[in-house]
Amino acid sequence: MKLKEITDILKATTIFQSDNSDDLTVQSACCADLMSDVLYYHASNSLLITGLTQSSVIRTAEIAGIKAIIFVFNKKPDSQTIELARQKNIPLYSTPLCMYTASGKLHEAGLQGS
Amino acid sequence: MLLNIKEPIEESFQIIGGNFTQAGEASTRLKHALFELGVDEKIIRRITIATFEAEMNVIIYAAAGRLHYYITPDSITVKVDDMGPGIENIELAMQEGYSTAPDWVRELGWGAGMGLPNMKKNADIFKIDSVVGEGTTVEMVINFP
Repeated sequence: MKLKEITDILKATTIFQSDNSDDLTVQSACCADLMSDVLYYHASNSLLITGLTQSSVIRTAEIAGIKAIIFVFNKKPDSQTIELARQKNIPLYSTPLCMYTASGKLHEAGLQGS
Repeated sequence: MLLNIKEPIEESFQIIGGNFTQAGEASTRLKHALFELGVDEKIIRRITIATFEAEMNVIIYAAAGRLHYYITPDSITVKVDDMGPGIENIELAMQEGYSTAPDWVRELGWGAGMGLPNMKKNADIFKIDSVVGEGTTVEMVINFP
């Protein structure tokens, strides 16, 4: 699913847009607040939906091959974390929805779990 | 696919306990080195996930540690040793979900008790040795198929 479609469904605002985010597609999505769960259970080329805004999210995304991150409850990371995302070229978005609703809407639209 | 390298490649990194800002730097550098060597993407993912978990354990639990990797044409060995508190019961620590991490670590998204199981899952050979009060050594070998 295209990232543009995902952000429309989730009414998400852009925190950081990477060079290629307009054309970026993800094959699946995962939601977690524990980074080892992301590393243990989830596939690469996926979207991460999380409530955690620490820099470890960006590090984990890079290691796990996560293509984009959506923060729930309108959460936004601090400037250091955004800068790290810029360095790693990982786009960041924020949705007003909770993790359950955000995940449900994307699943309903056809995006599978990883 | 065996790697076309004439001599083994190795590098060491110092890891400082509690330094979450630099967490993952060693694993990321290793990841880029493996890409340049043309290693299969799925193998890179296994290596970097296992290495990242080991790196994070030093940052979370130990005062300091060292990460060393050694690449030959047919495998990579990653060894991480730390000056940490050691693990009292390794069998228990290897169980998924078992963790002794304090709350502040969990607030940063770590301490789920999946670190050691994740290393074992991704490595072809996984060895762990620990002495309480001295530290822990983890050695992982991942073969290039």
